[in-house]
Amino acid sequence: MSSIHARKFVSADPDKCVGCCVCEYACSIEKEKVFNPLKSRIRVVRLGFVVNMSVACRLCEDAPCVAACPRDALTQSEETGVIMVDGDKCNGCGWCIEACDYGAIMLHPDKKVVFVCDLCEGKPKCVEWCPEEALDFVTKDVLAQKARLTAVKKLFQEALKTTT
Amino acid sequence: MFGYAGRILRVDLASGKTRVDPLKEDMAKKHIGGIGLGMRLLLDNSKMGVDPLSSENPLILTTGPLSGTIAPTGGNGHAFVSKSPLTNGLGEAKSHGFFGAEMKRAGYDAVIFENKAEKPSYVWIDDDSIQLMDAKHLWGKSPQETEDIIKEDLGDYYIRVAAIGLAGEKLSRVACIMNDKTRAAGRTGLGAVMGSKNLKAIAVRGTKDVKVAKPEEFLEFVKMLHERMKGPATIKYRTLGTPQNVLVHNSLGALPTRNFTNAVFEGAEKVSGEYLNERFVAKVDGCSSCAMRCEHIAVLLEGPYKGTTTRVEYEPLWAFGPHCGVDRLDAIIKAMDLCNYYGLDSLSTGNIVGFAMDCYEHGILTKENTGGVDLRFGNAEAMVEMVNRIGKREGLGDILAEGAKRAAEKISKGAENYANHIKGLEMTGYDIRGLKTAAIGYVVSFRGADHNRHGAYGVDLKGTVDRFKVEKGRSKFVIDIEDLYTIIDSLIVCKFSRGVYYKEFEDLARYYTVATGIEMTAGELRKTGERINILGRLFNIREGFTRKDDHLPPKVMSTPVPDDTISKGSRITQEELDFMLDDYYAHRGWTKEGIPTLEKLKELGLEDVAYIVKDRSQKP
Repeated sequence: MSSIHARKFVSADPDKCVGCCVCEYACSIEKEKVFNPLKSRIRVVRLGFVVNMSVACRLCEDAPCVAACPRDALTQSEETGVIMVDGDKCNGCGWCIEACDYGAIMLHPDKKVVFVCDLCEGKPKCVEWCPEEALDFVTKDVLAQKARLTAVKKLFQEALKTTT
Repeated sequence: MFGYAGRILRVDLASGKTRVDPLKEDMAKKHIGGIGLGMRLLLDNSKMGVDPLSSENPLILTTGPLSGTIAPTGGNGHAFVSKSPLTNGLGEAKSHGFFGAEMKRAGYDAVIFENKAEKPSYVWIDDDSIQLMDAKHLWGKSPQETEDIIKEDLGDYYIRVAAIGLAGEKLSRVACIMNDKTRAAGRTGLGAVMGSKNLKAIAVRGTKDVKVAKPEEFLEFVKMLHERMKGPATIKYRTLGTPQNVLVHNSLGALPTRNFTNAVFEGAEKVSGEYLNERFVAKVDGCSSCAMRCEHIAVLLEGPYKGTTTRVEYEPLWAFGPHCGVDRLDAIIKAMDLCNYYGLDSLSTGNIVGFAMDCYEHGILTKENTGGVDLRFGNAEAMVEMVNRIGKREGLGDILAEGAKRAAEKISKGAENYANHIKGLEMTGYDIRGLKTAAIGYVVSFRGADHNRHGAYGVDLKGTVDRFKVEKGRSKFVIDIEDLYTIIDSLIVCKFSRGVYYKEFEDLARYYTVATGIEMTAGELRKTGERINILGRLFNIREGFTRKDDHLPPKVMSTPVPDDTISKGSRITQEELDFMLDDYYAHRGWTKEGIPTLEKLKELGLEDVAYIVKDRSQKP
């Protein structure tokens, strides 16, 4: 199995995300040929006025959704970490939904089986469409690098203005 | 149908009965959606001369053919249309956010609310299931509280809600309808229409798919708009936001100050977009499907109004700021927040407070009338206090909640000389004493004093024309933009996006066609824009409006700009007004009395409503 260090997933930067839901529409039209947020693999959360963020599958190591499935309908790709749903085995019981800490796996409104982000074969449409460039397709290591860069930039705002 | 849901819902609030009718393709193409479709449905479903606050006045809610799609700004709009309690003419107001998209997914292009619920109620639209729910526990609550309680009650946090606050319940004629906490269908007092129907809120959950006719072409078109939206056409909205106008208008002598006493505000710096963004704006949010983001959220971290968080835009900022002579942004932000809380049109409310201040300064109102409040221009605390009183309809607030026109009639003693409204709708933040193209647009707008029906200030401010002059042919600018704006409000795309449709009608016609599959040319769409404008005019004529109702706010005519600025001495005379109207009516192909001719109606395919102008449309 590929190391969790190498796995890229869709991550939203809460500072940049404005809660516009373009990612939801981009996902549902790509995957289901319709506009319908209920059929999107990424969902937006708006809390109050200033906190917005979209949430998609985090590709956990030893994914709890996979472990929770009593029918072995879920498996995790060794190569990418993507959760794969066997539509024939899934009966929509929802144990995986309970197990997921992020609400990133959902019940499909028509098919009555669960569905989850599949990373669009390595080119996530939501990342491509996000007008705010708030979505990133990254590994956790790169995420940490970016966070460090942002933090340090903030610390030296004034200095950067004069030296760069 | 593609784009459209193809269905019109009718809800009888008295009996709770509902009916769904199909939206026919011809009806859709001729009126697009949004305000166009809403105005047509209002004409067809209302009787002449009814009291706007009676059960006989229907309230119409519409979405557009783009609602519920990824169309940037177009995916999220909705409109309310009804007879306005403020003007007794056509009332319409749009809002964005998330509510409209949800309504489309529930499967409706329009909802017609008829009659009056027996007791406080809200309508719960859950796809095909429509229920009239008890709203006793919501009565008296703010729109924001109402939204939270309904989501909790129904157990779904993704439900969308449009609701009225205390102002709507108390039939304030400047009440609005709020959705998604900070968004408002603000103008023309439609919140009072909801209140008069005992209708506290509309809650909706839509789970259906929205499909477009040509998905690939549609996405390609949207992608292009996304790119354009990153460019100069929208930069104002993405950076300083509409409050950028403060310093621009001020430098041009076009910032109405102290209820149109001045056109320059000495405190402009302190209420500018620059000052606001530097000190108060915490985040800029976006509506559903938008690729721009404009919603500047201001937070007060200190001072007497600490903790206040609200969305800010130029118009309410102007109304509570320069218009009231107030240069304290914290008080202005608080006033906006209170308007959201009570469900008041913040633009009209600020205008009315400025009107009352002018009356106070002139001794028409005294401390006795104001309940001890020192209502001088510039008194920030007094301004905030008056918003509270208007919201609760306490003391003088009860009279002011009737709108500037009616309040002036009640106050009398010459108060009407200070009530700056057109057709009953309060003025907005453009000093048209020195914007004489815009003035034409204001005068003839079917919903009253309004910059959003014509945007004709554009040619004035850009210097395309001599803005201090009235001249033949000027109306053509107004008409071109008017017809484009009715299309923008019918598709419902956001006015802030208007700059990205480089080829205007041609771009919008293509947008319409790839979404709906209904062929539309630029020429046809322009005609449709004209048709929708005339529908507004026809509604008003049916309700008894004449040329006399195309008037200007009193101070625009009576008070020349006194300030040492480029617009010094400017005002609009009766002769100039008459000239403007003659020119406009002639360009529209209407009679001298402002009545569209039968030939004009025939040309636009409006023969079936020709009865309204019969006997009156002959050329003199």
